Amino acid sequence: MSTSEEPEKLYAAREPVFPRRVKGDFRNLKWWLMGLMLGIYYITPWIRWDRGPAMPDQAVLVDLANRRFFFFMVEIWPHEFYFVAGLLIMAGIGLFLFTSALGRVWCGYACPQTVWTDLYILVERWVEGDRNARLRLYRQPWGPEKIRKYGTKWLLWLLIGLATGGAWVFYFTDAPQLLVDLVTFNAHPVAYGTIAFLTATTFLFGGFFREQVCIYGCPWPRIQAAMMDEDTITISYREWRGEPRGKMKKGALDPNQGDCIDCMACVNVCPMGIDIRDGQQLACITCGLCIDACNDVMDKIGKPRGLIGYLALSDEVRERAGNAPKSVWKHVFRPRTIVYTVLWAGIGVGLLVALFLRTDIDMSISPIRNPTYVTLSSGAIRNAYDIRLRNMNAEPRQFYLTVANEPSITLTMEGVQGQLVTVGPDEQLIQRVYLTAAAGTDAATTASTPVRLWVSVTGETDRIHGDTVFNGREQ
Amino acid sequence: MAAPNKKNHDRPTTGHSWDGIEEFDNPMPRWWLWTFYATIIWAVVYWILFPAWPLVRGATAGMLGYSSRADVAAEIQAVDDANAVWYQRLVDTDVNAIHEDADLQRFAVNAGAAVFRAQCSQCHGAGADGIRPGSGFPNLNDDEWMWGGTMDDIVQTVTYGIRNEDFPDARYSEMPSFGRDELLTSEEIDQVVNHVLNISGQAHDAALAEAGAEVFDLNCSSCHGVNGEGDQFQGAPALNNAIWLYGGSEAEIRASVTVAHFGVMPGFTERLNEAQIRAVASYVHQLGGGQ
Repeated sequence: MSTSEEPEKLYAAREPVFPRRVKGDFRNLKWWLMGLMLGIYYITPWIRWDRGPAMPDQAVLVDLANRRFFFFMVEIWPHEFYFVAGLLIMAGIGLFLFTSALGRVWCGYACPQTVWTDLYILVERWVEGDRNARLRLYRQPWGPEKIRKYGTKWLLWLLIGLATGGAWVFYFTDAPQLLVDLVTFNAHPVAYGTIAFLTATTFLFGGFFREQVCIYGCPWPRIQAAMMDEDTITISYREWRGEPRGKMKKGALDPNQGDCIDCMACVNVCPMGIDIRDGQQLACITCGLCIDACNDVMDKIGKPRGLIGYLALSDEVRERAGNAPKSVWKHVFRPRTIVYTVLWAGIGVGLLVALFLRTDIDMSISPIRNPTYVTLSSGAIRNAYDIRLRNMNAEPRQFYLTVANEPSITLTMEGVQGQLVTVGPDEQLIQRVYLTAAAGTDAATTASTPVRLWVSVTGETDRIHGDTVFNGREQ
Repeated sequence: MAAPNKKNHDRPTTGHSWDGIEEFDNPMPRWWLWTFYATIIWAVVYWILFPAWPLVRGATAGMLGYSSRADVAAEIQAVDDANAVWYQRLVDTDVNAIHEDADLQRFAVNAGAAVFRAQCSQCHGAGADGIRPGSGFPNLNDDEWMWGGTMDDIVQTVTYGIRNEDFPDARYSEMPSFGRDELLTSEEIDQVVNHVLNISGQAHDAALAEAGAEVFDLNCSSCHGVNGEGDQFQGAPALNNAIWLYGGSEAEIRASVTVAHFGVMPGFTERLNEAQIRAVASYVHQLGGGQ
């Protein structure tokens, strides 16, 4: 509170935004992307993928209860969580890449908040009409028309929210079965609770919170500012071309005025309720709708398009000086974006290699340290190990365990004859394994001997090893 | 939102300036204020419904009567209820057939491990290794059993114990104190000690050991066996191997012959139920030496 004589209001109500309908290239792109992304979101859980009788047949399934993640032919176990971590890192670097190259392109086109708000505004327009009709309805007192239209709109919003929350839970269990359970009221309370929660958040965020989520709630706009530089493509108003702005008089422009006729088309279509002519700002999600709106007006008044357009900061300087802007590709391909791309691709290739090189058997060894060794009646020294054997395969398989590089050590297993143990399909087994060194051998009489255990599967060539130590009785 | 941009140029700033960057003094969104009030109301409702305010003793109880302690009790009860069917199966199954049912065996071993830690580890050690060699508490991991290592034997031992007077079925035997009670001369003790060193494969005096063989035959073999192989019926440990309950050095063997040791184990029939005894027996049986 600095200079004003009357104290500023501490709190202010939201000024609702009523974006006008717009047609154009960017609007079309956004429609296509919306359809694509909503389609992926709603349809994916219903894709089937045959993995054999012992396994779920849902192509994409986050099976929290059994600690598995299925993605088409890929199955991730909890100990392979680094794949998920790698994907998250790739998502992060991907955002860096797109932000440094194209600004807030994620916010404008792909963010669920943007996509669902877009969908909700579409519904709003269907029910209530375009901007002016909506404004009029908003301002008129409650009456039959307003109740009917707002009620219809809210009902449709709620149904979309319900479908959104409903689709979410299908990712976590068998979708067809869950749908049956849901409609027959046999599903788990967690499913209903999740749907209710996501319905409520979708309804509130898409219908009422809208741009406030981006402005007050989301950290990404603040972080993005640090990733943009003078080569980043953002949405700009060419004020050196547009100013001084002024209304058209008698259907003609004053020769001294700029191209901007102050028609407010760019403001009226903005879902964030801002004026792009104020320059780049926190609230701008760079959705491109103001470009479509302005181009439309420029066509009508016979001026060249692009009064508002995608532009880099360095181009602004060039254009002001009367030079041609750099090509988009020269902005996009610069050391910074290339480094991001290389990092992103490097991690991606690394993950792919890891994915194709991994075996579908795995073991981890935990030596029993209490007691460290047991003296048997023959004088032999025995160590015990709990070995976790993972059978990452849809068939039950026989695992064959051997010990390498120490001929004096023999391997036996608790409760199992021989060295073969069966592990069920897509299961793990913790097997107690004994290594015994005969009396007087080196391994039996030295404190610690490194040993390597090998695991192979009957009838297959892949085999894996694990290293541990054998503790003898020092003499 | 309060249109922070449309009229930004007229807005006052907070008056602060960092590197020439100033901050608009925009009003807070009103829903934020409502949210703040809502959290206050939430807190008051919470105080009324749930335990909240600390008092000198305890805290206000809350109208819902909720307590995290009751939650825990309910969870424990739920686990007990879920386990009840397993305990019943453990009792209904023949004791020697438990291991044939993989799921039951897994339950028995895990439940038995818990029983073992609570009831047995004080003497036998958390790793069931008798705490240390020569402690007098048998190592349950190895392959020697004084009173037998079958499931039936272990159940019997756990149920009634060893050398206690609480149960007539307790296993019982006593080794004489050959030295203290002057049953053997110190020369004979030297001889028999060397004989035991011999049959257990340790360094010994051959002449003494040869004489000791006769002493052993007359005094020891009735319990420990002609070759020192032990006798599980009498709880006499084998002497011809590498496992020693009270130590296998010459001095330790001499001490055991001079003043006999016999350890005592309580019977658990009154502390553990049948299912728990079977569970802990299953646990001990799978430690590596079960017969």
